[in-house]
Order: sequence, then C-alpha cells, then structure tokens
Amino acid sequence: MANMPQTKETGSPFRLLGLAWALLGDVLDPVFRAIQKHIGAHRMAYVFLLPNLLVFGLFSFWPMVLNFYIAFTGGTSTLLAERPFVGLENFRELLACPDYFDPKTCPVAGYSFWTSLWNTLFFALLQVPIMIVVALATALVLNRDIRARGFWRAIFFYPVMLSPVVIAVIWDWILKRRGILNALLSDAVDGWNAFVKTPVFTLAFAFVIGVVVASLLRAVLPKGWRARMRSPLHIGVLMALAAFGMTMFGSPPQFPALVLADFRPINWLVDGRSGWPMFWAIFVYTWGHLGFYMLILLAGLQAIPRDLYEAAEMDGTPKWRQLWRITLPLLTPTMIVVVVLSLIRAFQVFDEIYVLTGGGPGQATKMIVQHIYETAFTGDAKRYGVAAASSVLVAGILMLLTMLQLVSTKKKAGG
Amino acid sequence: MMTSTDFSAFFGRKRGRNGFDWTDALAYTYLVIGILIVLLPVVWMAVSSVKSQAALGENDPRILPYDQALVTPPNGGRPLGVFTLTRENGTVEEVALVAPRGANALVYALSKPNETFEVPRKSLTRKDVLQPHFENYTDPTIGQASTFKFLRYFWNSTFVTVVATLLTLLTNAMAAFALSKYKFRGRDAIVLIIVATLLIPPTVILVPLFITVQSFGLFNSLWGVIIPAVATPTGVFLLRQYMLTIPDELLEAARMDGASEWKIFWRIMLPLALPALAVLAILSVIWRWNDFMWPLIVLTQSEVFTLQLGLSTFKGELNDNMHYLLAMTVLTLLPVTLVFVFLQKHITTGIANTGLK
Repeated sequence: MANMPQTKETGSPFRLLGLAWALLGDVLDPVFRAIQKHIGAHRMAYVFLLPNLLVFGLFSFWPMVLNFYIAFTGGTSTLLAERPFVGLENFRELLACPDYFDPKTCPVAGYSFWTSLWNTLFFALLQVPIMIVVALATALVLNRDIRARGFWRAIFFYPVMLSPVVIAVIWDWILKRRGILNALLSDAVDGWNAFVKTPVFTLAFAFVIGVVVASLLRAVLPKGWRARMRSPLHIGVLMALAAFGMTMFGSPPQFPALVLADFRPINWLVDGRSGWPMFWAIFVYTWGHLGFYMLILLAGLQAIPRDLYEAAEMDGTPKWRQLWRITLPLLTPTMIVVVVLSLIRAFQVFDEIYVLTGGGPGQATKMIVQHIYETAFTGDAKRYGVAAASSVLVAGILMLLTMLQLVSTKKKAGG
Repeated sequence: MMTSTDFSAFFGRKRGRNGFDWTDALAYTYLVIGILIVLLPVVWMAVSSVKSQAALGENDPRILPYDQALVTPPNGGRPLGVFTLTRENGTVEEVALVAPRGANALVYALSKPNETFEVPRKSLTRKDVLQPHFENYTDPTIGQASTFKFLRYFWNSTFVTVVATLLTLLTNAMAAFALSKYKFRGRDAIVLIIVATLLIPPTVILVPLFITVQSFGLFNSLWGVIIPAVATPTGVFLLRQYMLTIPDELLEAARMDGASEWKIFWRIMLPLALPALAVLAILSVIWRWNDFMWPLIVLTQSEVFTLQLGLSTFKGELNDNMHYLLAMTVLTLLPVTLVFVFLQKHITTGIANTGLK
C-alpha cells in the first residue's frame, strides 16, 4: 500500500508523477522524523495542525477580536498604537439619527450606513424569495423523468462558475443605453406594430377572441344552454372566417389601441427615478447564484424515497397533492438550509453590484458591504473605526440570522 | 418532417401509463427558456467579442460580427463605404459613397470607378460583410494597443490560483489528517473552533484583516491575497469526512513497518484521499480565480492586479474600448469554463454532496 502512487503501468505519465510525489515526500521526511523523535508519534497531530491553525488564528480569529478594538478607536492610521481611543463615538455617528427611515437626517456616516442597510434589506427580502421559488421550480422540473438531466443541470449551474466581474461586464454590456436589450425591445415593438397591421393578425385576433369568449360563456351559461353551444374551437374558426370576409369585402379592421408607442431606449442602470437599477441588481445577482441553490434543492429532492410517490400513485393521489403532501414537507430541512444560506449571502452582496452599478445611480443600489468598503478603503479619509463599527453592527444582524437557522433546524429535528 | 409519434418518442420516456403529456411539454418549454436566459448572454457576448469597435459602438443587434464593406477609391486615399443602390426601375448596383450632398449623395459605381453621379440618399442601403476582428484578442495581449496589461494580470491570477490551491491542499490535508486519525487532547475543541470560523462572515472582518495583512508587509503583494485564503474551514471538513472513511488498519500496518508519521501521511493518506483532494482542488481553483473583494482591498497597484481587478478597472475607465473589454472578458471566463466543461460531473456532485461554495 505504501507504494500507491506508483502504478504498474510502466512508462505512463502517472508513474513519473508518482515518483516525483514520493521523492518530494522523502525530501521532507528527515525534518519531520527529527521532530517526531523529539516529541513522540502521537503528538505529531499538533505538528500537522499547526500551519492551518496558525493561518486561522492570524487571519480569522485575531481580526475578529481586533475588529472590536478598532471599532472603539478613531483616526486614519493603520498602526494600532497611533489610533486614539474614542469610546462609543463611532457607534454614535452611525446610530445618532432622529429618524432611521429617513437617512438624510443622519450624520454623514450614518446616512451612508442606513441608506445601504435599507437597500440591503430590501434587496435580500426581495431577492431571496424570488430566487428560491425559481430555483425550486427548476429543481422540480429537473427531478422529473426527463432526458439528459445532467446536461440541463450543468447549464443551469454554469453561471455559478463565472466570476462576479465577468457577470457584471456581460450584463452591463447588455443593459447599456445603446445596448442589446434596448435594441431588441425596439425591434420587437417595431415588429409588433407592423404585425398588427397585417390581415394575418386580424384573423388570429378574431380566432383568439372567439375561443376565449366562447370558453367563458360555456363556464357561465346554465347546463341546457351549454349543451346547445358549439365548441369554442368552432366558434373561433367562425370568427376568423368572418374577419376574413370583412378584410376581403369591406374595410380591413384596424386596432389602433394595440399599436404600441415607439420604444424609447431606457437607461436601465442609470435612470435614478425608476426602480430599474435595483431590479437589475436583483436579476443579475439571481442569474449568477440560482444554479447553486437549484443544485442543493435537486439533491434534496432526489433524496426523497421513490416508493412514497409510487404508493401515492397507487392511491390515485393527484400530482399537485403529491407535491404539497410529500415533496414539500420532506424537502423542508434542505429548504431551511437554502433559505438561511441565501439570506446570509444576500446580506453580504458586494462584487456583482459594485462592478455593475457602483452603488448608483446616487446611492440607489449601494449595499452595506460597499458602505464598509468605501468608508475604510476609498476616499481621502480612511475611517477604519467607523467601518469597523459598521462591521460590528452587521455581524450582529448576521448572527441573528444564523441563530434563526439553528433554532428552526432544532425545532424541525425536535418535532 | 417529424410526425407527432416521432416527436413523443423522442422526448417521452414512458412514464407509467401516462406517456408524454402536456406537463412534459411544459417542463421542456421551461428548460429551453431557462437555458436561453442562462446561456444567451454569455454566448452573445462571446460572439460579439470579435465585432469591430464601430459595430459595437453603433449597437448592431445582429449576433454575428458585421462591418460595412469598404473600398479604396481609384485615386487612393481614405477607404469609402460601399452601398447598394436600388434604382426606381428596380435595378440594383453596388456603389461607393464619395460625399453626401444634402438629400442626395455623390457616388460612383464599383464597376466604373471614374464616373461619379448623384443619387437620392434614400435609394442607398448599407452593404455589410461578415468580418470577425481577432485583433480584439491579440492587441491587448501580444500587441501594445491598450492600457490593459493582460499578460501581467493573467500571470498574477495564475500565480495566486496555483500557489493558493497547492497550499490549501497541503495545509487542509495535514489538518484533516490530524483531526481524523489521531486521538489527542483538545481535538474536539479544535474541531469546534474550525466550525466557528465557518460562521465568521468574511465581509465583516475586512478592516482588521487588512490591518493584520498590512502589518505583515503584505499590502500590494500577491501573498497578501494567497495566505489568508489558505486555511479554508470547508476544505478541512471535506477532507476530514473523507479521511474518516479510510480504515486505520492501513496506517497501523505502515507503522509496524517503521514508517514515520509524515511518511504515512504523504505516501498512504494523500494518495487514498485523492478523490476528495481533487474536489477541493477544483473548488479552490474556481474560488481563487474568481476572487474579487479581497484582492480589491489588498492590491492597489496595477502591477499586482489580478485579471478580475484589471477587468473591473478597465470597465470603469472607458466606454469606447468595448471591443477589447469583451475580448478580455472571454479570456477571463475561458479557464473556468474549460474546467467546468471537462470536470462538470465532479463539480456538481461535489457541491451537491457537501453543500459548499
């Protein structure tokens, strides 16, 4: 077993790789052997743990402690010794607002903090439900007996592989004022307006109206009348024929109400008075992350035993009832993980939106992490203290969300 | 021509007694629309990356790279645009536009370059030719056309990705080995500590982490990006779960033969844990290649920019260099796309099983 890497296929590149592997290990061996001789075999565990714990300690735990300290200091220096202790001053600057719902009344730092906090809450509370509904729908569709499931799954997952910057560049290019989306919409409007004027549209319109009105009548009319009525399809065809006659022998009907106004290009990401920038922030972020949650939900769906459905099928349970009574209840544990994870992630959104809109227009899409980033690292005055105090507050909110997860999972496990 | 039975035989895997019904049709419609929304932006962007600067500027909604046909006038000089002239009697001719004259235009027929004449401008339609511009790719990489130092950024990104992944694999595997195959005092506490790091949101410790990294002199150094990323709690967990399934007897046998602990780790554990290491390696490569926020904070000089930083700066700088921006975006997404195409199964099953990203 000790010669694992050296496969028996002589001359294969794997053999060479295996030899190099073994050699590298052997070169390091004397050092570790010396340590082992010194401290004993079972204490080698600490040696193996050391590098990882060192990095954890220095770059995860120590910063966490440090964050609290920095939150109580002022100035713009990165040297801890040169940072004056200011007590609760940073927090006061963030929290001393007459009205939290109107950030304009706050001090400068508080304005940025509360604006971005409300933006983030709005973003997360809208984005998470939308994404979960779409991810669940996609997972349910993929969980059916469909051809090439792996292929579909991979395509839906693909955007998760892309970097936030790439995603932002792609969508920025699409959403520019002189971008693809505006061009397509403009073409679509022109095409529709031309189509409305053609006789083909008149026929199709008459047919659809006929079918819809006849179906509605069938639903409303008393039984006796209904039996005497022709089928909606018949009536649709008759209407279409009548419309054909009108176009042939009379004046063709016009539908001025259906002609759309010429499309004026929209500045999707820049127009501050519309809600479009936030809409696209939510859309683009969802586009990039949906695949991940879809994958987790699909794994949860596939873990539900098949025989439950077979039993329900035997009893003649309708499909939608199977969904409500079997699938969704059994999916709840996965669902909780997905909800909490996506909520925590959405709360920390930064990359995509920062590159896409820069937080603009104005502060319309500025999120809380961007507030921390800009307070600490951009601009002339690097206000590390205020940024750290903001981080403490954000950490509190995230902690609350995590608690929510722990409590709800416990409840489920207990019940 | 497809008959309806062919159609349902193609899609419809027999599902009990139902066969192919309208819900299946709905499902496939959903999938096709979904795929269009997912893939079309990327594909469209990739194809557009070989459009000319002019075509991108005028926002041509055709997906393929078209340019106006150009012709050099007989007496030399600036190339002239080619138009198709449709006369009132229906004849069609290709002409070159020399100059506009109010509502008319001065043109000459390509067949008789020396006779200029005036025609109404309305009778002219632009003649386009298919022309991919691969110089969008070569100029910023091997040419000196732009401020985008692609090769420098690419090297930085590659360095960060490769070194961070190797270090991640090594340190995480060592820690996982200790936590799965040794019994020692404080083991459970350490496992708990590592769980706790999972709960620390990276966005919340930006300021102190920056100050720590700077105090180590790693500001504007690629190592400042690499080292904090090395100890991933998810990596330790993934590997530990896998190593727990490897029987202790194998290690005992090697111990009997006098192998040192290090040798047991290196020559037995690592080869046996190869599947889990592979998953972690793939994930780490994708994480590090796509990293944005932390490099944005630590790296402020363009000499040490990663591709993601270079790209986002380039995007902010100028709008008329769209052709370079799109080409460089394609080059940036190409590595992860290739990794995904070839290792798709491992990535999706790996993530589905562990639930990490």
